[in-house]
Amino acid sequence: MQAALGTLNALPVWLLILIKSAVLLLVVVTSFAYAMLAERKILGWMQLRPGPNRVGPWGLMQPAADAAKLILKEDLTPKTADPLIYKLAPFISLLTAFSVYAVIPWGASPSGTWAIGNVNAGILFLLAITSIGVYGISLGGWASGSKYPLLGSVRSTAQMISYELAMSLSFVGVLILSGTTSLAGIVSAQATWWFFIPQCVGFLVYVVTAVAETNRAPFDLVEAETELVAGFHTEYSGLRFGLFFIAEYVNMLTVSCIATLLFLGGWNAPFGLTMIPGVLWFVAKVGAFMFFYMWLRATLPRLRYDRLMAFGWKVLLPVATLNLIVTAVVVALRG
Amino acid sequence: MIAFWIVGAIVVASAVWTVTARKPVYSVVGLLINFAALAALYLSLSAEFLAVIQIIVYSGAILILFLFVIALLSSGVAPFAQGPNRLPRIVVPAVAIVAVALVGLVAGINGAAILTPSVSPSGSPLGPVGSAGVFGSVADFGKALFTTHLLPFEVTALILMVAVIGVVMLAGDQTPYVGSSKQAARVERQAREAILRGGDR
Amino acid sequence: MNPYGPVALYLCVAFAAALLFSVLPGLVARRKPNPEKAEAYECGVEPTSAVAGRFPVRFYLIAMLFVIFDVEAASFYPWAVQMHALRIYGLLEMIVFIIVLGIGYAYVWKKGGFAWR
Repeated sequence: MQAALGTLNALPVWLLILIKSAVLLLVVVTSFAYAMLAERKILGWMQLRPGPNRVGPWGLMQPAADAAKLILKEDLTPKTADPLIYKLAPFISLLTAFSVYAVIPWGASPSGTWAIGNVNAGILFLLAITSIGVYGISLGGWASGSKYPLLGSVRSTAQMISYELAMSLSFVGVLILSGTTSLAGIVSAQATWWFFIPQCVGFLVYVVTAVAETNRAPFDLVEAETELVAGFHTEYSGLRFGLFFIAEYVNMLTVSCIATLLFLGGWNAPFGLTMIPGVLWFVAKVGAFMFFYMWLRATLPRLRYDRLMAFGWKVLLPVATLNLIVTAVVVALRG
Repeated sequence: MIAFWIVGAIVVASAVWTVTARKPVYSVVGLLINFAALAALYLSLSAEFLAVIQIIVYSGAILILFLFVIALLSSGVAPFAQGPNRLPRIVVPAVAIVAVALVGLVAGINGAAILTPSVSPSGSPLGPVGSAGVFGSVADFGKALFTTHLLPFEVTALILMVAVIGVVMLAGDQTPYVGSSKQAARVERQAREAILRGGDR
Repeated sequence: MNPYGPVALYLCVAFAAALLFSVLPGLVARRKPNPEKAEAYECGVEPTSAVAGRFPVRFYLIAMLFVIFDVEAASFYPWAVQMHALRIYGLLEMIVFIIVLGIGYAYVWKKGGFAWR
């Protein structure tokens, strides 16, 4: 072990970072696979059925079987599609989903923050990458050259940009309290009070917008089967469909990480339980938020599109703005 | 320095593609790559806030609007020009001339050492990108915007308000039934009668 | 060291991974072309027309409003970070800003810009 660490330290810095990045990506992809399995198990449990249980013990090898199936399936391109953009769209979705993990910190030790890049504008970097993620969906729907995908992509693009606005406003309250845009700085500002207590309104707005941003139930209008078949990815098959699928789950993981970092205290331990390492707390909080996501899907029916849009613009936007004004007033008066 | 040349090449290549692409949606993709690479260039100039805002506002909002208009209007429409693309014949020499001029200019400026100022425009110290309080960071930008440049900031609010009104003018009045229940009832009655007559098929 | 150095390296790895996933189907997946498969999917009915070219103006309205309010949101971040230093002064500045934009917001609301029906 000691010798192995010695060789690691002898490597050039850039190679070390490359290895770290590859390991992190591997972790992200593996968590995607098991998040998907967990969702199917949890949905099964909530609906009184076993869920996947044939491949391996308790169905634990199910993700591997699914991956093999998706890779071997035929990759169809409709003749009306634009071949280049059709292939580019899932790539953009996946790349943006992966990219955010460049700045997400997952723990800290006295010597520094555990992250690939601990950048000062961390939260703005996250917002920037998220705003590019929309292109995967809108380009994918357009490039299919088919009616349902185009309708689905237009709908979900309008939904995502509307909710992105309220989401970015819900961050502002946190920024006022912490006085920094660095994710590690925001976590250390929560050493005493986790921000979901003083920022309870902001947290609520964030949770709603986060679900809408990732196109998940009850905001999964993209996949309103009765109206749109499968939305923007109707024409996609095989692994190219899989890329959108991976991107969706990785994005779920990302918004759970953001909720943990901004509102749930990051790797800070609750009740002074500091003997358990911070990384484990971080993972536990992300896991709890993911569970909440799946619970929502099992519980809530889908919204109607006009209600969804009106809710985003008429309720969430003013509420988020009021929240940031109130926060600013408190900070201005009390310091 | 190597990074600068790679990113610079991407910026130029994507810009040329944006201009010469046959399908408008390809131009949008080219512009998207261009904006992203431009943000990387801003970062190398330690303008951290500018880089993220470039992505959030330009790539995330303005370009989405372009894509909406282009994708929705041009779906199912044939690409613009058929036949050989004549544009490169004009573009290539023009780009070559401008490039030579720029290289000469940059070489001249470098000679005068203007590119390495010792004090930043905002008076904050220069340092590694994004460290707190350093030129170009979010905090530094906020300090400058909300003290020295307050008037332009408030004028921005006015301009944005005018833009909002302009949007409503462009899209037309969307008021459903002008909020009057009498009118709503009339429209509903007309619709019912039309259905009963069966002439609405 | 510049903190964006590692970020750039990570992005390269992510790019390579996403590219690998994108080219994999071309290399591994089986291929049995068939003219029926290449049709656009409309639940088994043969497509009768090209993709519709007309969309409600509301989608454009939302995209345009998003541009404007996104610029507004972008100006909140530097302000929020400096709030502890600006105090009452910063609060008043932002309240003026929000009131002016609020007038525009109220106008859109009144004109039915947010009502989908």
